[in-house]
Amino acid sequence: MALPHDIWVWIRLTIELAAVTTIILIIVSTPIAWWLSRSRRRWKEVVATVVALPLVLPPTVLGYYLLLLLGPGGPGGLIAGLWGGRTLAFTFEGLVIGSVAYSLPFVVQPIRNAFDALGERPLEVAATLRASPWRAFWTVAVPLARPGFLTGAVLGFAHTVGEFGIVLMIGGNIPGQTKVLSVAIYDYVETSQWFEASVLSAGMVVFAFLVILAMNLIDRRGVQSSA
Amino acid sequence: MTDASKIDVSFRGALGRFALNVSFAVPARGVTALFGPSGCGKTTVLRCMAGLQRLADGYCAVNGDVWQDHSSFRPAYKRPVGYVFQEASLFPHLSVQRNLLYGAPETRGITASTIRFDDVIDLLSLKGLLDRTPHKLSGGERQRVAIGRALLSQPRLLLMDEPLSALDRQTKDEVLPFLERLHASLSLPIVYVSHDIAEVERLADHLVLIRAGAVIASGAFDDVRSNPRLPLALANEAAVTLNATVTSYDERYGLATMKVEGGHFVVPMPYTASGSRHYLTVAASNVSLAREPARATTILNILPARIMSTAAANDYETVVLLRLGADGTGCRLLARVTRRSWDDLGLVEDAGVFCQVKGVSLMST
Repeated sequence: MALPHDIWVWIRLTIELAAVTTIILIIVSTPIAWWLSRSRRRWKEVVATVVALPLVLPPTVLGYYLLLLLGPGGPGGLIAGLWGGRTLAFTFEGLVIGSVAYSLPFVVQPIRNAFDALGERPLEVAATLRASPWRAFWTVAVPLARPGFLTGAVLGFAHTVGEFGIVLMIGGNIPGQTKVLSVAIYDYVETSQWFEASVLSAGMVVFAFLVILAMNLIDRRGVQSSA
Repeated sequence: MTDASKIDVSFRGALGRFALNVSFAVPARGVTALFGPSGCGKTTVLRCMAGLQRLADGYCAVNGDVWQDHSSFRPAYKRPVGYVFQEASLFPHLSVQRNLLYGAPETRGITASTIRFDDVIDLLSLKGLLDRTPHKLSGGERQRVAIGRALLSQPRLLLMDEPLSALDRQTKDEVLPFLERLHASLSLPIVYVSHDIAEVERLADHLVLIRAGAVIASGAFDDVRSNPRLPLALANEAAVTLNATVTSYDERYGLATMKVEGGHFVVPMPYTASGSRHYLTVAASNVSLAREPARATTILNILPARIMSTAAANDYETVVLLRLGADGTGCRLLARVTRRSWDDLGLVEDAGVFCQVKGVSLMST
């Protein structure tokens, strides 16, 4: 028995999706985390709650709303119309948008924690050394929050690799476009191809192990360098 | 309007348990100490001067340049200040060298008043530390780097918030000489917050006394310190510090004779060359007063002086401000005597007396 050649297509798509999603997540999460960490507005916790919702919502619920948003009747359809498409659902782009929404709390939270841990002092020091808030952010806050960024990136990447419900709801199962590993495993089980399912599943377990291990190592390094 | 060579400050606002209401104007040269007990508001004043904290009712002008008034507020990063915090607060992700250069202007327009990198390295003995990271430095080294970093941002005013208080006694003694060198070699005005009179004594030219959010006195250090109507002179550890120059040395007894304004002191000490300069600190509790110069006594220093003013230290003791010399034109001295002795001797203001100084402590300049 051998694994089909298609497996490399699924792996490539999975990694591509996770990589693009992670890059977008870091770009989107950084200003949100900074604002949540520094703002004194009382309703900021409302925003924090909205960001955290995917932690507890069933992926099917999130996927359902995303389907409405991305579909022909929602804003996603309008955007797709710009390049002559009809919908963002069941496309790679739609999958990226869904993954970003779904993994947002996993990236915002560690970055916000890292910004919180800075305290006021390093930024005050930068200000008394004539650094504008913009320069202080890039030269002091971001480098000092590096462990938070690393944790966020690893979590965002891994979480995207492992997602299933959202993909099924808004991505479907289109080979080369939206068929990722987790869906492939589901397909194998559906068709009783146990060997293929167990090889892919074991691969995912190894991957998850490596991710958590990497995270723990990052955390420990963070502890050492701040001691 | 604004005086071109003054630091002019006024801040009002709520501060925890009490109201902050601090105004003072001091010359924009030398070291001005903001002195007072912990929690009296002196750090808040410094933070307001730097623009790190904003009180709506504030005014701050340095050398005629208005940083804050009722209608304008210049943010911290646009004020030409250097700020040294209680903890060194170095950037842990940067080497010592990059910490030092973080605030240094990029344009290399070197003028006569530019504080040069090499000079700062020499002044603070930082040469061997440049490639290290902050967490490999001792507490004293860190604070020296923090001072250097503040200096290299080319400030026009250096603000120091108890820079020694987080250090142990020994490290303090290691850093204090650097501050004295800084004071002596740079023309940069410094505002120095402290609650430690020993530090203030060694550094301050001007003194602003703060209690519970308000200024109770401000002026030249010697004037404020020796004014018997102010709490510094009334405190148990009240003292004055005098500039003294050695005029001769008696090797047989190991005694140096030193000249101060209006008199001479004889001080036991190891050999010291004529002409060398020292600080003599004379505690008020070590000075007693006599109508006549005592003849048979072990006290070496008996100096004629004139009584300037007095104040009650408590129910049974009086603090007396004197000036050395029979004509009362020499330097100031404080004496702490019992009220009974004061009355028994029939002492009055402007009377001539003899000060018997039981001991002095010595510090080289």
